[in-house]
Amino acid sequence: MNAGTLSVARAIARRDLLVEWRSRVVTNQVIPFAVLVMVMFAFALDSDAVLERVAPGLVWLATIFSVLFLTARSFAVETADGALDAMRSAGVNPMAIYLGKAVAVAVQLLVLDIALVVAAVVLYRADVSLGGGVLLVTTILVATTGLASVATLYGGLAAGTKGRETLLPLLLLPVVAPVLIGATRATESAFGTNGIEVSEGWPWLGLLAVFAVLFSVVGAVAFGPLVDE
Amino acid sequence: MTASTATRGRPDRVTGTPFTRALGIATLVGIVWLTWFGLFVTPADVNQGESVRIMYAHVPGAWLAYLAFIVTAVSSAAYLWRRTRSLTWDRIAGASAEIGVLFMGISLVTGSLWGRLTWGTFWTWDARLTTTAFLFVTYVGYLAVRNLGGTHHQRARRSAVLALLAVLEIPLVHFSVELWNSLHQEASVAMDGLMLFTLFLGVIVFTLMYVWLLLHRQRALALQDLVDDTGLDLAIAARRAEVG
Repeated sequence: MNAGTLSVARAIARRDLLVEWRSRVVTNQVIPFAVLVMVMFAFALDSDAVLERVAPGLVWLATIFSVLFLTARSFAVETADGALDAMRSAGVNPMAIYLGKAVAVAVQLLVLDIALVVAAVVLYRADVSLGGGVLLVTTILVATTGLASVATLYGGLAAGTKGRETLLPLLLLPVVAPVLIGATRATESAFGTNGIEVSEGWPWLGLLAVFAVLFSVVGAVAFGPLVDE
Repeated sequence: MTASTATRGRPDRVTGTPFTRALGIATLVGIVWLTWFGLFVTPADVNQGESVRIMYAHVPGAWLAYLAFIVTAVSSAAYLWRRTRSLTWDRIAGASAEIGVLFMGISLVTGSLWGRLTWGTFWTWDARLTTTAFLFVTYVGYLAVRNLGGTHHQRARRSAVLALLAVLEIPLVHFSVELWNSLHQEASVAMDGLMLFTLFLGVIVFTLMYVWLLLHRQRALALQDLVDDTGLDLAIAARRAEVG
């Protein structure tokens, strides 16, 4: 990786975020969808005590469902006009494409997660102390990095193939299981669910960090061979 | 090819060889032997009763699935490595994954039946069980990616990378599930010599079956690729010659 790769990656991230900013798909469709899922969970589980208990898991489940849409959208923008092929034939380093798109997805996820935590506080009576807040912010940062890096990798693989809408969940959901487990446990500590101490949440950050580092590195290396047609 | 096909009345490319025929017969004999020993000769377990007999299919099935996925990973790496790049490796990886998914499915079903009889439940969230289920789904996804189309080498590279990603994913899933739920229950069975022998017999028979299936499937995939390459024309011409 050199300076050129990084500046191309930055340009791609900026472009993706600009497309999102102008089209408002995340703010007008994905975030409302995720909050709607939280409301539907409340209908299904039908008890304040249960909701308070499972709030952290529901936040991350809603995040993971939304990742599927965000990633599909991120690559639909690429493949609609053959932009991905154009970039590849223009000699753009696939590592730069990957990093740029992953950063853009991570930023969108970050916004989404803030909305979901607010929804959990409002709808499920989740409670965040100051120490819990620090843990929560760190968890969201690390978990969204991991989710974005693995989702961009598999999203690139599924992009432009027939049946991509169903292929992406099949490939992605088993892989992100460690994030769901780690982020849920850490968020439980941050919310103080069932009287769990904030300090018990930090070890889960280790799992999330390993996942994030591993899949960003592997993603940057493997993205080229996966999308190269 | 068409003329010879017509005159001999059978295709000149088949997936069987003298070796696979011998292997197939050995496997069949082994299956009969295993069934006989597993169902009739071995005693019922002191604690588990008759349900222990499920083990003679369950354990070899699980072994075969893991073996198959290891072969998939190794052949995928062999394909990606420039000096050994050959579509044969890709087809071995694909054939092996198909067999692995089948037998992982069988061992999941037999395992949950055994669990129902022994533990009183079809499923527990134990790390080994959960990882196995994830392994199953992951390779179902792998097979879906193999069928995405494109040229043979596109398919080969895409699926090889995916197979290596699975190697990375599975330990991580196992580790996180273990952290999540560390109530691992060692399924210890007090086995006498005959029971242990039958279990080993099962592993050997299933391994023979794996090799037999793998060789045939790999060759069938090669023929399929050949059909894709030469187009339908040849196949139609051969069929016409056969009929005419």
